Amino acid sequence: MIDPMAVAADVLVAAVGIATPLALAATGETIAERSGVVNLGVEGAMLFGALGGAIGATAVGPVVGLGIGVLAGVLVAALFAAVAIGAGADQIITGTAVTLVSVGLTGTIYRQFYGPAGVGLSLPTLSPLPLPILSDTPLIGSALFAQPVTTYAAAALIPLTWYLLFRTRFGLALRAVGEDPPAARAAGVSVRMVRTWAVLLGGACAGLAGATLVLAQVGTFTERMTAGRGFIAIAIVVLGRWNPVGAGLAALLFGLATALQFALQAAGLKVPYQFFLMFPYLLTLLALAGAVGRVKAPAALGRNEY
Amino acid sequence: MLLSLSGISKSFGSVAALRGVDLVVRAGEVHAVLGENGAGKSTLMHIADGLLRPDAGTIAVDGVPVRFRSARDARRHGIGMVHQHSTAVPALSVMENIALAAGWPVAPGQLRRRTAELTARLALQLDPLQPASELSVALKQRLEVVKALASDARILLLDEPTTVLAPTEAEELFNFVREFARSGGAVVLITHKLDEALAAADQVTVLRHGVVALAAPRAEVAAESLTEAMIGGAISVAARPRPTGDGPVLIQCDGLEVKGESTPGLRSASFTIRGGELVAVAGVEGNGQRELLRAVAQLQRPFRGLLEVARPIAFVPEDRTTEGLIPALSLTENVVLGVGRIAPWIRGHRVRRVDWSAAGSRTTELLEEFDVRAKGPGAAAGSLSGGNQQKLLIARALERRPRVLVAENPTRGLDLQAAADVHARLRSAAAAGAAVLIYSNDLDEVLELGDRILVAANGVVVEAEAGAGRQRLGEMMLRSGRPDAQ
Amino acid sequence: MRSSIRALGTSLLALAVGLLLLAVGLHLAGYDAGAALAALWDGAFGSWRAFTGATLLRSVPLILIGLGFALALRGGALNIGAEGQFYAGAIAAAWVGVHAGGWAPWIALPSVALAGIVGGTMWMALPVVLKLRFGVLEVISTLLLNFVAEALVSWMVQGPMQEPSGIYPQSAPIVEAARLPMLPGTRLHLGFVAALIAASILTWIFARTWWGFRLRALGEGPRAAEVSGRVRGNRMIAVALLGSGALAGLAGAFEVSGVSYALYQNLSPGYGFTAIGVALLARLKPSAIVLTGIVFAALEAGAGAMQRDAGIPAVTVYVVEGVIILVLLLGDAAARRGLRRQVVATGAVDGIA
Repeated sequence: MIDPMAVAADVLVAAVGIATPLALAATGETIAERSGVVNLGVEGAMLFGALGGAIGATAVGPVVGLGIGVLAGVLVAALFAAVAIGAGADQIITGTAVTLVSVGLTGTIYRQFYGPAGVGLSLPTLSPLPLPILSDTPLIGSALFAQPVTTYAAAALIPLTWYLLFRTRFGLALRAVGEDPPAARAAGVSVRMVRTWAVLLGGACAGLAGATLVLAQVGTFTERMTAGRGFIAIAIVVLGRWNPVGAGLAALLFGLATALQFALQAAGLKVPYQFFLMFPYLLTLLALAGAVGRVKAPAALGRNEY
Repeated sequence: MLLSLSGISKSFGSVAALRGVDLVVRAGEVHAVLGENGAGKSTLMHIADGLLRPDAGTIAVDGVPVRFRSARDARRHGIGMVHQHSTAVPALSVMENIALAAGWPVAPGQLRRRTAELTARLALQLDPLQPASELSVALKQRLEVVKALASDARILLLDEPTTVLAPTEAEELFNFVREFARSGGAVVLITHKLDEALAAADQVTVLRHGVVALAAPRAEVAAESLTEAMIGGAISVAARPRPTGDGPVLIQCDGLEVKGESTPGLRSASFTIRGGELVAVAGVEGNGQRELLRAVAQLQRPFRGLLEVARPIAFVPEDRTTEGLIPALSLTENVVLGVGRIAPWIRGHRVRRVDWSAAGSRTTELLEEFDVRAKGPGAAAGSLSGGNQQKLLIARALERRPRVLVAENPTRGLDLQAAADVHARLRSAAAAGAAVLIYSNDLDEVLELGDRILVAANGVVVEAEAGAGRQRLGEMMLRSGRPDAQ
Repeated sequence: MRSSIRALGTSLLALAVGLLLLAVGLHLAGYDAGAALAALWDGAFGSWRAFTGATLLRSVPLILIGLGFALALRGGALNIGAEGQFYAGAIAAAWVGVHAGGWAPWIALPSVALAGIVGGTMWMALPVVLKLRFGVLEVISTLLLNFVAEALVSWMVQGPMQEPSGIYPQSAPIVEAARLPMLPGTRLHLGFVAALIAASILTWIFARTWWGFRLRALGEGPRAAEVSGRVRGNRMIAVALLGSGALAGLAGAFEVSGVSYALYQNLSPGYGFTAIGVALLARLKPSAIVLTGIVFAALEAGAGAMQRDAGIPAVTVYVVEGVIILVLLLGDAAARRGLRRQVVATGAVDGIA
């Protein structure tokens, strides 16, 4: 006998868990894209964040792991910024190359640290941190208020990012750079400086996202373990209409789409699991088709001439 | 003495844009910097504004030497710049654009109040919440002025401010500027229009080829000496044959409507143009003339109405380096691209091929014939100067042997000699039997070039009566330009 | 001429920097760099057998996909979903190959290749429609479809196309008639010749045809191509992207009918991404793509040997590939900045700057 309420609660818990790293990475990428930079290196930054998280957690503990993950993400973003912003190279190709380098380096470093492939790695993870009273709310209580600290971090990061973008002078300069770099320059804003900061912030978020994946969700590191989540985060930015709040909601949507398989499995439906693997990507594509066109991307997105 | 630039030199690569230029601007005066395109005016202003750094020379404000590393530095010293083209970020609101330029805090309530106070104080009304993309050209320029003055600038630099304005709008701007100077500010007015300098300025400095050719109080110089200082010689202008007006009708439109991207577009145009005629359209930017020309050039589909155009058609866009030429490609390649598949160097039918050597030798001939200064047909189009790019565009257009030739702002940014050459080419194309249709933001060019003149205002294109002068055209551009005047 | 020599110089520099960093990195990590590089060389070029059966064999998908990437990027479109199109082609080819019982080779082989082409093209059709109808960037849509394709292959080999015994996650083997013959004296299949032919055709299209020229114009200056060249940009990009997908699909078909003889998961070790480096290192020139395809294939073949003989993880080679691309980008950026300085200078004289 299946209790629908219990299933729904499980799905929600899983959805929020899956959504957390995506929301973190997508929020960071929103900052970068608002400044006019598409960073496909997010995938690489997440991967390095994951490895950094794993190394930090084995050496000291999960919280240190988070810190090292953030640092690793910033370093990867710095590599991207040096080539794409410093030298003004094509952003998409730079991002792809940075991700390629990250895949190779994390794989190599991982084997250096933990020996040849195949050794299962079990890491100390972040345990859920139930908030008193709130976590007892039926249905949504455990999903929203009994999550690891990183989920709360993501929840806090979204309004903070919104404030940064829309209520501070830096945010105004950043949006101006993303819309019209020559105009921003005429107003005395350094386009390269602002874009570099935006990309580094994005890298920090991606690093945190990768560490979260390892320390709050999976509990181990494997090669290429981000499996395209960085790319998904980029799609989520578009879905969220270049707004951190929208990105958070879109991440949650993606989380729900992925977590739905648990409900269907519980319901005894015989659908090949691969369909559940495909479903979120197809849903994202569909949503993109609906979302794009009705909202405009930052006008200078992906363009380097200024 | 408020602002003084002395001994300013600046080179780009091997080209010296400024050589030892001095400029002193005092409080209470409007100082015109006069010169033709390429004389170094804009470079000088960008140095005063902190966007460029001089190779040599000093800048002083109130007698104190200063060094600007960015536009922000210049602003801190009380210098405000009004750029020729709007530097407002289209996606941001009026008040956000002001905050960006002035470095104000962004909290919406406070920002809105502060913006309203500023526009009221300057008597330049703007809606703080309106996105800059929705402003008309004149309001965009008003926003530029407000931005420049938001951080209490005492020195206002205006770079060719009237290019985009109708005559009465320009007059309003000059009134404001004179008032600003009277209240103790200093104004530098950069212009290539002699009349403007004479009408608005107290002091005049003329630049030619990067050096000061003349500097004197307005009251002490005559128009003739200014012209001579600007040009340094006479412009050779070809004699002008008059059209006979009995050529075949090559362009005909009736009740033509074309949708625009953001502006109202073209709402109504009915006229015919015969072979041998050169017709010029006057109008403030964004009043439907662009849509009209692009529809005639078959680049935009009419929404409604009749439009018949003889072929072949050739089109010269105003944006030379994004719509006209591809800077990274060679001159030959650009010629091949623009002449299209009717060219003799296209071979084969089912699979068209390009005979590059034939195209290359023809390009070499064209460079010679049209006096395009370039290293050769293999040079990158981006390495050409603007004047030579325009000559190449015209050469390429005529290579199509067009019966209809359409050109947007054909002499924008060109020096006087290059502009005169372009005019001569357009006239001879008409004399050879083509129907030539152009528009220009420069009313003087319209008057000089057009056998007949059309005026575009608020999407409606009407023909001006023969012999209509500057004043009359200016009225037509504005009067029907107001939506309520329809 | 000078610019092409410069481009070649940058390409060689990028390759050298990539290998140098590999050697230094390995040395720092405590490996015997000399031995590692020797193993790499041996694995790639050490013997006729290694050269044809490992390096050239691996170069076939890299050349084909690289050509496709170049075709799209000439027109200004980025296809970073070749991985997905490769799998779509492989699925279609394997399906035909398995069901080609009783067919003559001269029917079966073209059918398999055609199936791959159709598969790859169809997989690209969705991004093309999304781009033209809804304005979804092809970068994002092709990328997302990679993951869908991987899941699809996984389902195929465990579901509808699984081999009859139902034990292994792979398809039934394709029939003999659908297997590409080997070039005499090698373990290199005929697909290599097909890749060379594809490269020559593209060379001709780019250098000689009106269409190829206008595609490049569209990539270099989209507005000018549309306004002054009257290029219908959308249509041309659609054709280039579909062609790009077709070439990746053909690569998938060749991999099935020339190497694996069955559909597997993980049939591609990331060819779709490696081929980006192949095409960029070759400056999108088809004839050069043949060369750089072989170079990258040698790297990957050698990496396998390096892992076997020197215990160095094969993924290290991705670092080399990524670094090569980054150095290329940096070199090009430096060259471009030189050109721009020239343009700014002339512009300033005209009062534009």
